[in-house]
Amino acid sequence: MRSDEETLAALRRGDERVFVELVEQHHALMLRVASRYVRNPAVAEEVVQETWLGVLNGLRRFEGRASLKTWIFRILTNRAITRAQREGRAVPFSSLGDPGPDEPAVDPDRFRPEGDRWPGGWKCFPDPLPEDRLLERETLALIDSAIAELPDRQHLVITMRDVEGWSADEVCHALRISEANQRVLLHRARSKVRRCLEAYLDPAPALT
Amino acid sequence: MSSPRTITCQELTEVLTDYLEGVMPLEERAAFEAHLAICDGCVHYVTQMRQTIASARALQPEHVEATAPDDLLEAFRAWQRGDPVPEP
Repeated sequence: MRSDEETLAALRRGDERVFVELVEQHHALMLRVASRYVRNPAVAEEVVQETWLGVLNGLRRFEGRASLKTWIFRILTNRAITRAQREGRAVPFSSLGDPGPDEPAVDPDRFRPEGDRWPGGWKCFPDPLPEDRLLERETLALIDSAIAELPDRQHLVITMRDVEGWSADEVCHALRISEANQRVLLHRARSKVRRCLEAYLDPAPALT
Repeated sequence: MSSPRTITCQELTEVLTDYLEGVMPLEERAAFEAHLAICDGCVHYVTQMRQTIASARALQPEHVEATAPDDLLEAFRAWQRGDPVPEP
């Protein structure tokens, strides 16, 4: 992987291969992010395209305080928000700080009730998931669709953090959300995907 | 002397992300780890969550083969020459 400095130097030299690689490296995720702001796939494509033009225009002023990647995605979310607002769409991250209604990480029925000897304790212990099945194609497909079905903000945060391996700071900067907000969204997203995974790989405990 | 804080299994499932993200205050972390030391159910729950994260990471980040469309390359060349890059 090239460092930001190397990439910037190559772009300034006019290295088209490096530019094309940069576009290809980020294109899929940019499109995915844009599509959660503007629903129309053609419009999302346009937003990504506009973003690259904005990136070129801003590149000489890019100061490297954030990474190149998060800077590009910040431009993207800026464009996407403008575009979504113009089209009268509710923007997923426009209401700052509100992560949405509370939802439990685990079905409350799996815990002992108030008045029990151990209130809030497991009725039946979960088991570790069978390691040998975790990376099976069907399991991964299930995780993929569980992530796809998450609400927009949870979807974007878990995709960037867990699938793409971004840091919490990078996600906060790119999506313009607070650290606390990012964490709540990540928590809900991971909890939901875990529930799907457990229900698929170890259906017994959920039934008791 | 006040008794040390304790947490229930249900509470543990709600603060697990804070723990994994390394942002849990010291006192809460002590209670969290003390609970794990005596509760296999929660140890397994934490294992499940780590497995979930590891599996998500195993999904291939999407990659597109397509080269930059010609107009993007054209824009790059214009930028390289120092010409203004037209934006809509």
